[in-house]
Amino acid sequence: MTETSQHDPADETRLVTAAVLDDMARPGHRGVIVDSPPGAGKTTLVVRAATQLAASGEPCIIVAQTNNQVDDLTVRLARQDQGRPLGRLTGTDYIPPAAVLTLPNVTVATTVDDLSDSAVILGTAAKWAIVKDRTWGWAIIDEAYQMRSDMLLLIADRFERALFVGDPGQLDPFSIVETTRWIGLPYDPMQNAVTVLQAHNPDLPVHRLPVSWRLPPSAAPVISGAFYPFSGFRAATAPGARYLEFAAAGIRSSADATLDLAARTGWALHELPARHTIRSDPEAADAAAGLAARLLARHATGTCERHPGGQPLRPADIAIGVTHRDQADQVRQALAQTTPAAAPIRVDTANRLQGAEFEVTIILHPLSGRRDATAFHLEAGRLCVLTSRHRHACIVVARAGIADLLDAHPSDEPIHLGVPAKFPDGWEANHAVLAHLADHRAQRQ
Amino acid sequence: MSMLTSLARVEAAAAGRARPLSQVRHRRLAGQPLVIVPLTLAGDPATPVAAMTGVSRTSPRLLVVPQPRNRELRLEFLTSLAGTVLGHIAARQQTTEIIPAARNREERHRYADAPQILVPNRAARDYLGLLGRATRFQQTDGPYAVDPAIPALGKWLTFFAERADHPGSALLADLTSMLAEHWATGQSPLEDSSLAAQLAWIDPPPGMTGLQAALAAEDPLRCPPSGPATDPGFDQAILEPLIRSYDRAGHAGSRAGTSRATAEITAAFQGQLQPTWDDMWRAIALLRALPETAGATRRWGADRDSFTSFSSYLADGGLPQPRRDHAAGAAARLDRLERAQATYDTERAHEDPFILAELRTTGEAFRGQVISADPTRTGITPAGRTVLRPRFTIRTSDPVRLEPGRALISPARPRQQVQIAALARTAAGTDIVLEVTHGMGTPARPTPGAVPAIGEQLSYTLDPGFFTLRVYPPTDQTPWTHGGPPARPPADPAEDPQP
Repeated sequence: MTETSQHDPADETRLVTAAVLDDMARPGHRGVIVDSPPGAGKTTLVVRAATQLAASGEPCIIVAQTNNQVDDLTVRLARQDQGRPLGRLTGTDYIPPAAVLTLPNVTVATTVDDLSDSAVILGTAAKWAIVKDRTWGWAIIDEAYQMRSDMLLLIADRFERALFVGDPGQLDPFSIVETTRWIGLPYDPMQNAVTVLQAHNPDLPVHRLPVSWRLPPSAAPVISGAFYPFSGFRAATAPGARYLEFAAAGIRSSADATLDLAARTGWALHELPARHTIRSDPEAADAAAGLAARLLARHATGTCERHPGGQPLRPADIAIGVTHRDQADQVRQALAQTTPAAAPIRVDTANRLQGAEFEVTIILHPLSGRRDATAFHLEAGRLCVLTSRHRHACIVVARAGIADLLDAHPSDEPIHLGVPAKFPDGWEANHAVLAHLADHRAQRQ
Repeated sequence: MSMLTSLARVEAAAAGRARPLSQVRHRRLAGQPLVIVPLTLAGDPATPVAAMTGVSRTSPRLLVVPQPRNRELRLEFLTSLAGTVLGHIAARQQTTEIIPAARNREERHRYADAPQILVPNRAARDYLGLLGRATRFQQTDGPYAVDPAIPALGKWLTFFAERADHPGSALLADLTSMLAEHWATGQSPLEDSSLAAQLAWIDPPPGMTGLQAALAAEDPLRCPPSGPATDPGFDQAILEPLIRSYDRAGHAGSRAGTSRATAEITAAFQGQLQPTWDDMWRAIALLRALPETAGATRRWGADRDSFTSFSSYLADGGLPQPRRDHAAGAAARLDRLERAQATYDTERAHEDPFILAELRTTGEAFRGQVISADPTRTGITPAGRTVLRPRFTIRTSDPVRLEPGRALISPARPRQQVQIAALARTAAGTDIVLEVTHGMGTPARPTPGAVPAIGEQLSYTLDPGFFTLRVYPPTDQTPWTHGGPPARPPADPAEDPQP
C-alpha cells in the first residue's frame, strides 16, 4: 500500500485499464471481470473498452441493469466518440430523456433490426433478454454484480465474449420469493451473475480498479477496510485537497456541531438518544431533514480538484439515504415542511442510490432504533452503498446503542455446503464502521 | 410484518385472544382433504416412526414402525402410507372436464378434482418432501427391490412438496400457515408453528384467555407436539423402553411378544397423535367457516392443471424428478414462482379488504374521491392514430408511494386499466391524475361508465398485468457462463402448466 501510494492515481488506473484491454485483445478467455470500488471510474472504463472495440470493428453490445444506467452510458459514449453511430435499444413503452434523443449519432429503436448500422448497441438486460437469434462478438456488462444469474442465462447467447464490470461491495440482487431450494448449486439463479460466472469459470482474469475518484481520503480507508478487506483501494485525492466551508457560522445547536465536525473530518455521527422506535422514526427523519436544511442555510461551499475556486453546495449535491421506502417518504415530507428550497435533495433508499454520487450525504443508519438486527438490516452492501456516495462528507444519523444491538444479535445465518463464505460479513462490517464513527460523534448540546 | 399485522398482534396480546386478519379464504379447502400427521425418529431425518392419516375426523388410520431402524418394517410402513396416498389420488383421476381453447392455449382435458393433503405445520410439509426424496429413487428390482408403490409414493410426495412452494397453491398445505393468514395471535410467528398453541389463541377453551390456553398447550403431556419431531420426554420415557422390549421379543423369537410390544407402541403413538389429529379437524372447521374467494377457485383450477399434467407424465412412464434442478430449470422455476407470487399478492389485495388496507398503509394502494374527470380526452399514438385517453383525478389522504407511469386497477372496476399520469401533493392530500389505458372504447364509441363519476369513492392498487414466461435455453444448450451443457442430460419432469 505504502509503495503504490507514491504513484500518481491516474497512472495506476491507466495501468489497470491497459491490462483489462490487453486481456480483451488476447484470445483465450471468454470473459474478463473488473471489480470496481465506489467511484473508481467504472463508467470511464466501460466507455474506453467500447470505444476500443468499436475502433477495431468488433461488433459490440452494452448491457446495463436499468434504463437510467443505459441512458447515462449512451450519453457518455456518444460524447466520447462523436463520429460513430450508436444504437439505443429500448422497450416499447420507454421514452429516453431528451439528453439521449438529441444526440446526433444515436439512433433509438425497439428492435435490433433497426440498429444494424450501429457500431455499439446499448440496452437493459431485460431488453436484451428478449432479443433472439443474433450473436455479437463482445458484450460489456455494466453493474454485473447487480444482475441476477438467471438474467445472465437469458442473455449469454447474445455474445461470444464479455467484459463484466461492477462493484462487488454493493447490494446483492434479491427475489420476492423465499426458497432455499438452490442454495449451494453453482448456478443458483438467486445469486449475482459474476458469482455464478466465476463458479463455472474460475480461471477468468479479474482486475481491480485501484483508486476511488469519488471518496475523499477521509473515507477511502474506512470503506476499503470495512467492505473490501482483501482487495483494498485508496483515494485519488490527497488529504486537504477537498474541504467544506460554511459562509454562516454555526449557532450552538447539535445540528451545527455535527455539520462542523463533518466539514472538518469528513464524517459525523449525529447521535439521538437511545430508544426503540418504529421503522419510520419521526425524530430521526426530522434530524436528517434538519441537517440538510442547515447545510443549505449555512451556505456550504465545497472546494475540490474539480472546483479549485470553491463551489456553493446546491440542493442537488446533497442526498439523504435511508433503508426503507416509507422512511424516504417521511424524510421528504419533513424536508418539504421545513425547507421548500430543499426539494431537489435526493431522498432515496440504498437500493436506488447505487451508482449515484453526491457532495455530501446524510444517512439514516439501517439499525437505528431497531430491537433486532435482521440479515436484511445487517447486509454489508446496504451500509456500503449508504456510506460511499459522498465526495466531501458523510453524516450518519442514528439512535445510540447500535453497538449493543449488534452484540446482542451476532450473525446466526446458517452455513450451507457449497456456498463460499461471503466477506465481509455484515455484522463485522457494521462494527468496523461503528468503531470509526465512535470517534466522530458530535457533542450533543 | 406490516403495521396493521403488528397492531393486530399487539391487540391480540392485550385482549388475550387472536384477532381476525382476513374475512375471506384465499386457498381452496377440498371437500375431502387427506390429513397426514407424520412423526419422525429423533436424530434420524427421513426415518418415519408413525403417521395418522385419513379423510374424516372419526376414522383416522394409524401407521407405526415398531422398530424404525429395521428397513423391512420401514418399507412396510411406507407401503401402507403409499396405499393411502395413491388411493386418494386415484379416486380423483376418475372424471375429467374439457377446458375449451383460449388465446395461446389449445383445448385440453383436466381432472374435475384434485387431491389435497393437509399437514399440521411447515416442518411437516417439508418432511413429506424429504420422504419423497428418500423414496422416489428406490429400485423395484435387483437385490434391494421394494414395492413399486414406494417409488410411486416418492414421486407424488415430491410433486406435492414442490407444488407447495407455488404461491397460492392448495394441493399440499400446512394448517398453521393457513390459520396465520387469517388470525393474528399474541405470540411470535415461531410459536404459531405449534398448532395447539395457535388454536389456543384463536379458540381458547371457555374460561381461559388465549395466553393461558397457549401456556397450557406447551405442556407436552397434555398437548404432545404436532410433529414431525416428537417430544424428547416421550422418546426417553416411553418409546425407547417399548422399542427395547420389541427387540427383546424379536431376539427371543417370541411372536406373541413382538405383537404385544407392537400393540403397546401403537397405543403410545395413538396417545401422541390423537390430540393433534383433533386439532387438525378443529382448524379445518375454523377455516371452512370463512368464505372462499373467486381467486381460490381459479388457483385451484391451476392446481388441477398441474395435477393433470403430472398424472399424464407418470402415466407415460415418467422418471423420478431429478435430485437437483439444472441451470435453466432452476431459472425457469424461479421465474414461475416470482410471477405467481406477484399475481397472488395483487389478486388477494383485490379480493380482501384487509390486504388492501395493508397496502394503503404502505403506499402501494390508495382510496379516494374522484374530484374531476375528462371522459372525452383523446391522445395520438406513435403511429398517428387518434385514440380515446380519458383522464380523471382522485384526491386521497393516503400516503401514496407510486410513481407516474405505474399501471393500476381498481377492485371495483376490473375491466378498466389505468395509468398514473401525474401526482401532486397538496395540503389537502395527494391528487392523482389517472389515464384510462384499457377498456375505455374508441373516440367514436366510448364505453359507457369507463370513467368514474365525480364524487365516487374508489380504491386503486397495482395491476399485476399479463405476462409471458421467459424462455431459457434448453439444457443441452446451457451457455458457458453457466458451465455449458451437463455431461448427462437429466430427466425433465413435467413442467407446471401456467394459467
